[in-house]
Amino acid sequence: MIIPRKKLNLWERLYLPAIIGGFKITLRHFFRKKVTMQYPEERWVVPDGYRGAPYLVEDQDKRIKCVSCQLCEFVCPPKAIRIVPPGPSGAPDVGNVEKAPREFEIDMLRCIFCGFCQEVCPEEAIFLMQDYSLTGTTRQEMIYNKEKLLALGGVHQDNIRKWKKKAEEAKAQKVPP
Amino acid sequence: MPNPSTGETQFISPSGMIKVKVDGKDLEAPRTMPDPISGKPLPTTMIQACALAHVDVPHYCYHPKLPVAGNCRMCLVEFATPALGPDRKPLMKPDGTPKVTRSPRPAIACATPISPGVEIYTNTPAVKQMREAVLEFLLINHPLDCPICDQAGECKLQEYSVDYGKSDSRFVEPKVHKPKRVDLGPRIVLDDERCILCTRCIRFTKDVVGDDALGIVSRGSYSTLTAYPGRTFDNNYTLNTVDICPVGALTSKDFRFQMRVWFLKETKNVCASCATGCNIIIGSREGKVYRFEPRENDAVNSNWMCDYGRLNYKWIGQADRLRQVQSPKSKVQSPKSNGQARNVQVTAERLLLSGQGSIWKSVIAEISTKLGQIPPGSAAIIASARQTNEELYLLSKLAKKLGALTDSVPRTGEGDKLLLNSDRNPNSLGARLTGIAADPMGSNLPKIADGIRSGKIKTLIVFGEDVTKHGISTELLAKLETLIVSGILPNETTRLAQYLLPGCAHAEKRGTFTNSKGRVQKFLKAVEPPGDARPEWEFLHELVFAVAGQDGFATIEGLFNQMAQDVPAFKGLTWAGLGDTGITVPV
Repeated sequence: MIIPRKKLNLWERLYLPAIIGGFKITLRHFFRKKVTMQYPEERWVVPDGYRGAPYLVEDQDKRIKCVSCQLCEFVCPPKAIRIVPPGPSGAPDVGNVEKAPREFEIDMLRCIFCGFCQEVCPEEAIFLMQDYSLTGTTRQEMIYNKEKLLALGGVHQDNIRKWKKKAEEAKAQKVPP
Repeated sequence: MPNPSTGETQFISPSGMIKVKVDGKDLEAPRTMPDPISGKPLPTTMIQACALAHVDVPHYCYHPKLPVAGNCRMCLVEFATPALGPDRKPLMKPDGTPKVTRSPRPAIACATPISPGVEIYTNTPAVKQMREAVLEFLLINHPLDCPICDQAGECKLQEYSVDYGKSDSRFVEPKVHKPKRVDLGPRIVLDDERCILCTRCIRFTKDVVGDDALGIVSRGSYSTLTAYPGRTFDNNYTLNTVDICPVGALTSKDFRFQMRVWFLKETKNVCASCATGCNIIIGSREGKVYRFEPRENDAVNSNWMCDYGRLNYKWIGQADRLRQVQSPKSKVQSPKSNGQARNVQVTAERLLLSGQGSIWKSVIAEISTKLGQIPPGSAAIIASARQTNEELYLLSKLAKKLGALTDSVPRTGEGDKLLLNSDRNPNSLGARLTGIAADPMGSNLPKIADGIRSGKIKTLIVFGEDVTKHGISTELLAKLETLIVSGILPNETTRLAQYLLPGCAHAEKRGTFTNSKGRVQKFLKAVEPPGDARPEWEFLHELVFAVAGQDGFATIEGLFNQMAQDVPAFKGLTWAGLGDTGITVPV
């Protein structure tokens, strides 16, 4: 198909009016609110529900909520999560929960912030938090271990507390937990 | 016997099989099947007929290798029997098919015998409702702690809840709590809350092992599995109860909280701890062996294996495994201090990077030149009956070429009447059939020692044994001109070796063992060997080729088939023909 080229009229052929029109738009932006930021000194404040890096959380009693069921390790698409289960003796200091990870690592260079780990977690122990820009000077530094993940994750207010409830129920029935 | 007056004949095939229908599919089932324990014929049950028809009936307490208990009610099915007229003859529909009467009540498929013409329905709405209800009852007091339960992933309660259960619970009362972490015995931990009281473990230990150690106390929701007071559950077969436990009540102390089962790669292998040769599945992940489990083979071990064999795997991943090829040249720079050791390691790693083959190639070439020059009769070979048939066959070829005296080391222990053999070598018979072992095994060892002492034997080839513990002392070994050793773990003999060839565990290579009854069984590779270590048959093949000049096969399949042609006892066998469960050869 041949599109006929429209002939420009005199006003359009004058050239300068169009240039002035363009400058007007440019000038108007000088007086608007800035959209750029002085990154990294200034950071974008992410909205609620933003899914950034996954961290581990503790409950109100400072118990690590993770029980090393390894479902996140299984579901993780880039295989960023590595869990070492506690072994035969279990975790003696977590009462009736019996299990806690001996080591929990997330390779943040691999993590794609997909949120599958949070979704699959049966214990609500891992959450995608607001951090979106993680940096480090070595690869090793970017593998976050259990302590680091817990420090970054903080405390999660757990309203259900199923393990505590179980322990109390057993105690009420005079069964050793 | 069919009774003609009841018209049963119509439902019995000429060969005496009973004609039944499972979910509308016609099936001919035998009238009786052998009892799993005594072998006596028992009437065929509905669940056996369903299994023959490849129809799955969910079940907890039923196990094909245990007596029937019929307590879980999970296998409830509906059925119908042929309708009979006043003349006791089956009534027919207009289309010529027999008319049936639906039974008003369901039946448990595991304990109801089939009768001629019976029709079994396993997926009617009523059956589905019944399964749902049974599961709801089982879950009333179940703790639902799947995230911390080792059984998760292979738990029948989980699987059937997904397949047949309801997603929600109507139960609002507090659950009944029972003891957790009960120490039943040296290898078993019991979580009573998870137990669904199927009594499989009780029947197993009573009827299969003959150690009546377990029972249930209390009643109703408070029923609790326990060992008899003052007794521990410590026979040599306790860990089988962990396998047959449909839930996570019985857990293995060894495997407890080690790895989730869905990560484990399952490899078919054979237990190498005694001459029974139980078929096993090796569960491994990323080069680490986590557990052995029995694999069904009715000709050898049924569904069971002993705890001794099951737990005898830790040496495979031991840190001090031999991982470097050594020759006199590399020994000259042999390190004494740790710093040097690290250097040697680095050198070895660089060699590895340049291709594992290169170091092996030069050492094999060196050894074969040496062996090619020695006069006949001046060498001896001490093999191990823990080696595979193929390796022993290659060694026998080498022995023939060198005119060498050969033998292997006997290894005995206490056996039992079930599975554990007093011969603790997995392949004693293979060593005899390939002509490596003397008769009786080990009787050539003193002759070899004498030969070394008199100076007649100047070259000794040792595979997988510490000969210093079997009559050939370190002083005698020092007298040798050449000592070639292949091994897996370090010992006195490997320390004195001039040529050290690191070998593989049975989990790290392919091959076959011949068990005490002459069953040739193959096993497959589960994990990679550490460092330079290579399967013995691989480098033996190269060595035999270089020394004897006979071309062989560079694949295990070809090697096995060649051995089957050369060794009369293995005549007619092929690698492919062995299948997963092996073939018994006459011995």
